[in-house]
Amino acid sequence: MRLSPDEMIFWQNGYFKLNGTIVFTWALMLVLAAGSKLVTRKLSMDLKRAYWQNLLEIIVTGIEKQIEDVGLRDPKKYIGFLGTLFLFIALASLCTVIPGFEPPTGSLSTTAALALCVLVAVPFFGIEQQGLRGYLKSYLEPTVIMLPFNIISELSRTLALAVRLFGNMMSGTMIIAILLTITPFIFPVAMSALGLLTGMVQAYIFSILAAVYIAAATRGRRPKPVSIQDIKS
Amino acid sequence: MLIDWFTVGAQALNFLILVWLLKRFLYKPILDAVDAREERIAAQLADADAKKAEAQKQRDTFDQKNEAFDRQRAALMSQAASDAKAEGQRLLDEAGKAADALSARRREALQGDAQNLDEAIGRRIQQEVFAIARKALADLATDSLEARMVWVFITRLRAMDGKAKEDLAEALKAAPGSVLVRSAFDLPAAQHATLQTALRETFPGVAPVRFETAPELVGGIELTANGQKIAWSISDYLVSLKEGVDALLKQKVEPAPKLETKSQ
Repeated sequence: MRLSPDEMIFWQNGYFKLNGTIVFTWALMLVLAAGSKLVTRKLSMDLKRAYWQNLLEIIVTGIEKQIEDVGLRDPKKYIGFLGTLFLFIALASLCTVIPGFEPPTGSLSTTAALALCVLVAVPFFGIEQQGLRGYLKSYLEPTVIMLPFNIISELSRTLALAVRLFGNMMSGTMIIAILLTITPFIFPVAMSALGLLTGMVQAYIFSILAAVYIAAATRGRRPKPVSIQDIKS
Repeated sequence: MLIDWFTVGAQALNFLILVWLLKRFLYKPILDAVDAREERIAAQLADADAKKAEAQKQRDTFDQKNEAFDRQRAALMSQAASDAKAEGQRLLDEAGKAADALSARRREALQGDAQNLDEAIGRRIQQEVFAIARKALADLATDSLEARMVWVFITRLRAMDGKAKEDLAEALKAAPGSVLVRSAFDLPAAQHATLQTALRETFPGVAPVRFETAPELVGGIELTANGQKIAWSISDYLVSLKEGVDALLKQKVEPAPKLETKSQ
């Protein structure tokens, strides 16, 4: 029994190998890129447009709205990173209904890679927004004593991101696999539907958390707590 | 080991490539299309707003013009009504004046006609009376009217007395060359002589008299000297005749009161 698609190795040459995680990721990348290219090949600027264009517009503008709601002022700047996170994880979860497909997000290597990307992206956007000094200063807030705790918090949340996603995706696949051996027909289907929901929720949580981290890093100083007088005024 | 670091690196690279791909093929075109559409809709809305504002402006202008036109029309109508009233009054006044003038002219013309008719009737009556008297006198007394008239004139001349006679005598003396005897008919020489003689007898020393024929006297004879005049004419009779006829006509014109008194 495989815990992760990493163990599904198609080709190996020393350190380099081609496992299931990479292959399924490529498949998802192909689907996403080719589908996008296909739909956006002839976009309509008019009021009348194709169904697929409408679907993509709903998804893209929905993501943009969510990013804006989190507190990032220029959502177009972050949609490339955060939107891709969401779409990749969501499509990986969605494709679990295809027999034989194993989600690359069920591999701790993939989730760790995504969490590392977030770990790098947070200071990247933070420094870009408020400069190196301003960003590093945020680690000393509210006092210098908090510096180690802020660093630990940074690392632990990255770890949490990776493990949370991996745990949910892997458990979903594992539960279905175990249930198939016990009750082969109805119950696995229900669990599979539940797994789809869990996958969507995880995609949302992962991308929203990433957005929140980036927002916290780009905002600089934390906002002052709102007083009753402010609300009244 | 759950984590394969080669796979981690490969997946991170894959993810970055996917980010680039989706930016290139998904987000940019879709967001550009949405922005373009929003801009187009915003432009259309702005255009519609501008057109609406323009339409409102034109409507306001039209309303103002309409109101001004209504006011102008009302003022013109009022002016025209007052003008028409004044013109009508003026025409009525003119017509009244013209009618009054015409009426006055007609009245004058009627009065003139009546007077002419009166004179014509008087002359005709004088001529008729003269003719009747001449014929009656010739038939009854075998005498001429002219001779009788001269006789009557001389009788009156001789019958004069008092102040009238003195005044005439003075007049005859004061104007020796201007004593004139006018008659409606040609007096024969015998009559001339008779008259001349009677004058000398009544007013001694009177100058010779000039004789003239004046048809307008109808049947009459008169003597004038220095503003004094003595005359006899049928007209004197005709005046009393006319007074009698007028009184008779007046009685015929007003019969109603008599009837009313009878009925009472």
